[in-house]
Amino acid sequence: MQVKEALDKYGRTPDKLIGAMLAYQKSTLCNYLTEDDIKEFAKETKLPVSRVYSIASFYSLLSTEERGENIVQVCYDVPCYINDSVNIVNELEKILEIKMGQTTKDGLFTIEYSSCLGCCDKAPAMQIGATLYGNLTPDKISSILSTYRRKKDE
Amino acid sequence: MSNIEITKKILTARFDVINHDSIDEYISHNGYTALKKAMATTGEKIISEVKTAGLKGRGGAGFPTGLKMESVLQAEGLPKYIICNADEGEPGNFKDRYLMEKDPHQLIEGIIICAYAANINHGYIFIRGEYINAINIMDKALEQARVNGYLGDNILDSGFNFDMEIYTGAGSYICGEEFALLVTIEGKQGRATYKPPFPTTCGLYNKPTQINNVETFCNIPHIINMGGEEFSKIGTDSSKGTKLVCLSGNIVNPGLYEVELGTSIRDIIDKLGKGVPNNRAIKMVQLGGASGPVIPENMLDIKLDSKEMSKIDLTYGSGAIIVMDDRIDILDILKRIIEFFHHESCGKCTPCREGLTQMLILLDRFIDGVATSDDLAILEILMETMNQASICGLGQAAPTATQKVLEYFREEFTSKIRSTDSNVV
Repeated sequence: MQVKEALDKYGRTPDKLIGAMLAYQKSTLCNYLTEDDIKEFAKETKLPVSRVYSIASFYSLLSTEERGENIVQVCYDVPCYINDSVNIVNELEKILEIKMGQTTKDGLFTIEYSSCLGCCDKAPAMQIGATLYGNLTPDKISSILSTYRRKKDE
Repeated sequence: MSNIEITKKILTARFDVINHDSIDEYISHNGYTALKKAMATTGEKIISEVKTAGLKGRGGAGFPTGLKMESVLQAEGLPKYIICNADEGEPGNFKDRYLMEKDPHQLIEGIIICAYAANINHGYIFIRGEYINAINIMDKALEQARVNGYLGDNILDSGFNFDMEIYTGAGSYICGEEFALLVTIEGKQGRATYKPPFPTTCGLYNKPTQINNVETFCNIPHIINMGGEEFSKIGTDSSKGTKLVCLSGNIVNPGLYEVELGTSIRDIIDKLGKGVPNNRAIKMVQLGGASGPVIPENMLDIKLDSKEMSKIDLTYGSGAIIVMDDRIDILDILKRIIEFFHHESCGKCTPCREGLTQMLILLDRFIDGVATSDDLAILEILMETMNQASICGLGQAAPTATQKVLEYFREEFTSKIRSTDSNVV
């Protein structure tokens, strides 16, 4: 998807900007907005670059830094925290050999802390793309991640 | 008392009974009957029913819904807007997600009735970006409502036009604050603003705007169907209707439960949640979410009743109940809560932005056992300042849990004060 395509679909008024940026970002392989992307959004919407950048850097679902194909969002708020989400984080870091906030060398995964995912009844929880995983234990992590590896291979 | 007696299913009555994908099943279960009934009468009459019902906002602040509707109806300036706040980001809450995923048309019907009452032609459902499944379900339900003539021009041949669209948030807790939500829709950074004026007179694009929580709107069709008088018989004198509670933490049966207002927190934990795993003791319960107060075990008999709770400076907020057993380290939990607010602060006002940074520094001093009694005094003054001087609810409520710990578990802090305290010569 091109920046123009996203704006054609969502509209070029300021109220459509965040939706268009989210959709465009999702279509990029590295899940982020480059400086050139931001300049193009500004040009197309006739908004100052600073305004578009201020939005891209304010919201946590938008990123101005290169990320992986799959963003693993791990909830770290109190209901998950007291249900040992720290063990989930440790397991993810161990299997993927990266630290929180980093991207794997193959560009397949980025792990991030997320604000409450609204899945506290199945704590601890994490979300990858549109899929929510609840009632997690460290031994479930490996097989969840491998489904994304397989998708990549197919 | 059994479960059945303390659960009262009104908003959740159709959950898992109907298929959320099917508008026909919704209609065959009494769906859109309230809209037809409402449209046969006037906006004033609808608002009067909501006032009689005594419904208060379910997002946490508890403002009387009927008064809000009336002030939008009377406000000057066109066009007017209606917004459903589905930016549910308060840790410990998941009720709005379930309401959207399991019975989307109930919400849509509630919004249309309110729009008709205040003669509003355009609306938004602001759903947080993380709720991808809810966004897809609501999107499909809105389209079904259009095809069936409940949205669009000349709804049910009444001459009334109304449509709404979904606005997807991009990951920011503060957008649940109404002004931050409004400026986000306008395509800006979500930052709070001083009030008044309130959105009811000066909201989206400076026009009169009604903003309500998902659960609040979901109550509207039931009020219209049963009548305000009948609805007001549910609950207590000061808190009418049912409340969705989100039970989480160290609990055998976590989940979403609908109870009549006036039910005690202990009954919810013991009878619905089946208590704490391995029969451990409860150390602390947080109400409402990260911004809510904490209470010790010996206060669990308090009832979900705004008047009774306000006597001891408590609120039930949006209905989250987070149970924590005796294994938790209270200061560690407070640090997690303050880290959350520190991340989510929009940074606009000094008391919130700087206050949260300083709170983390002070909390670490207690956790590391190097705090002095001066640190405790500074922490208390700092929290009072944040509470009084922050622009919006985020900064005002961020210290609540810590303040309540100092009220009910003061020794958690005092026991960590260094013995060679400068004040102890």
